[in-house]
Amino acid sequence: MTVTTEAPVQRRPLTVRLGSIGQQDAALFDVPGPQAQRRIAIATALSSLALLALVALAVRQFAINGQLEWDKWQLFTQWPVLRYLAIGLLATLQVTVVSGALALPLGALLALARLSRSPLLNRPAALYIEVLRAIPLLLLIYAFLLGLPTTGLRIPLFWQLIIPIVLTNSAVLAEIFRSAVKALPQGQTEAALAVGMGYWQTMRLVVLPQAIRMAAPALVSQVIRLLKDSTLGYVVSYLELLYSAKVLGEFNHTIIQSYVVVAVVFVIANLTLAAVAGQVERRFVGRAHRT
Amino acid sequence: MDVVVDNLGVFGRGLLVSIQISAATFVLAGLLGVLLTVCRISPVLPLRLAATGYVELVRSLPLLVLLTLFVFGLPEIGLIGPLLWTAVAAMSLYWATFFSETLRAGVRGVPLGQIEAARAIGCTFGQVLTQVVLPQAVRTSIQPLASLLIAVILNSSLAAAVGVTQELTGQTQLLDQRYAQPLVTFGAAAACYVALAFVIGRSAGILDRRLAVQR
Repeated sequence: MTVTTEAPVQRRPLTVRLGSIGQQDAALFDVPGPQAQRRIAIATALSSLALLALVALAVRQFAINGQLEWDKWQLFTQWPVLRYLAIGLLATLQVTVVSGALALPLGALLALARLSRSPLLNRPAALYIEVLRAIPLLLLIYAFLLGLPTTGLRIPLFWQLIIPIVLTNSAVLAEIFRSAVKALPQGQTEAALAVGMGYWQTMRLVVLPQAIRMAAPALVSQVIRLLKDSTLGYVVSYLELLYSAKVLGEFNHTIIQSYVVVAVVFVIANLTLAAVAGQVERRFVGRAHRT
Repeated sequence: MDVVVDNLGVFGRGLLVSIQISAATFVLAGLLGVLLTVCRISPVLPLRLAATGYVELVRSLPLLVLLTLFVFGLPEIGLIGPLLWTAVAAMSLYWATFFSETLRAGVRGVPLGQIEAARAIGCTFGQVLTQVVLPQAVRTSIQPLASLLIAVILNSSLAAAVGVTQELTGQTQLLDQRYAQPLVTFGAAAACYVALAFVIGRSAGILDRRLAVQR
């Protein structure tokens, strides 16, 4: 007889792993007794049925209006269409990256200006930040789209989209920077000043390196949010992903299909970016802890 | 400046429609947000999975994509409603996910020990929720909810992009086409939005201070 001393492979079954989703609030409840377990079982059955019915209803609504026919969907298996959408996605990413690359440093400068002790700097910066955070991006885009031609200034479509996005988002990013600086313990600044550093030296060597690390997660998620702002290219007829879907849908009479496909692409792009950001963040924060 | 003075009524009506859209959206998103939150923390697995999936999915969609899908897509599957309410529906479904996140953060903010203490002295689940958790969760949620309301108002302008031109941004665009004085018209509209955000921010601050718990 052989006795295996190996520990069994720790692998939780799928049901357990699914069951643990969103269970962080379990402390609110007592451990369910037999009666409660029965009720939970009944609720599980009923809610499964209700959810299935909801899905079935949606599918039926698509089907009876002929929107599930293969003709309407097979478009998205054709290479030229896929290439067209890929170009749209690329334009979306381009808008996101360029506006992020401009808005981040601008936001940092604005935050520094607002934090400075000179009223000549901090008053205008505060005004800019507060006002720009309270204006809809669409209004700003319309103002650029319709206002600029009257001044005789002509700028490419790409920049008509980028400039308003950068203007609003730099204000939002500036507030994220500033709140990180504010969140830093006062003792850090005091210590730096006490060892004889000047204001800017303190900022550069003590405050900012820590503040940027603290603000990193919020900054990253704000930059990912730029992906959403890029859809306003739809308004200025810039061929990013959403406007590409509109053109495609109207041209081929596959309106709902095009928007659904593009929505799925946006969800995937967004979740991918968030996952990548999470990875980078973990590495970044990990290093910060070690030093 | 005359453009603004002559068209005060237009701005007023636009502002009113914007406020109506935002208010309807905020209330509907609140109701759905509460429902989503309840589902997400419930011990019933399918509800929890569906609600969590919904929040993750919809939160990563751009609002404008959801709006175009609803306004131009729904008629394709035979669901035709008034334009304004279609837009409100799309926005409510979108903001409900953020509402749910805010509420959950508020509930999470209540220290675990308080909940355990309440259960230890024999409070039922309902009592724990209404006597201990919610009074504190609501207080800490005031500022985040005010920020959410401001975001809802600012983004209600997106309705103009899908054809609901009665609201403030849409009206401003129409006025601009008529008078071609962009600086004045867009400036006035911006002032309206800034004033709204200012009032909400200030009220939330006052409310927050009034209701703050001294700990």
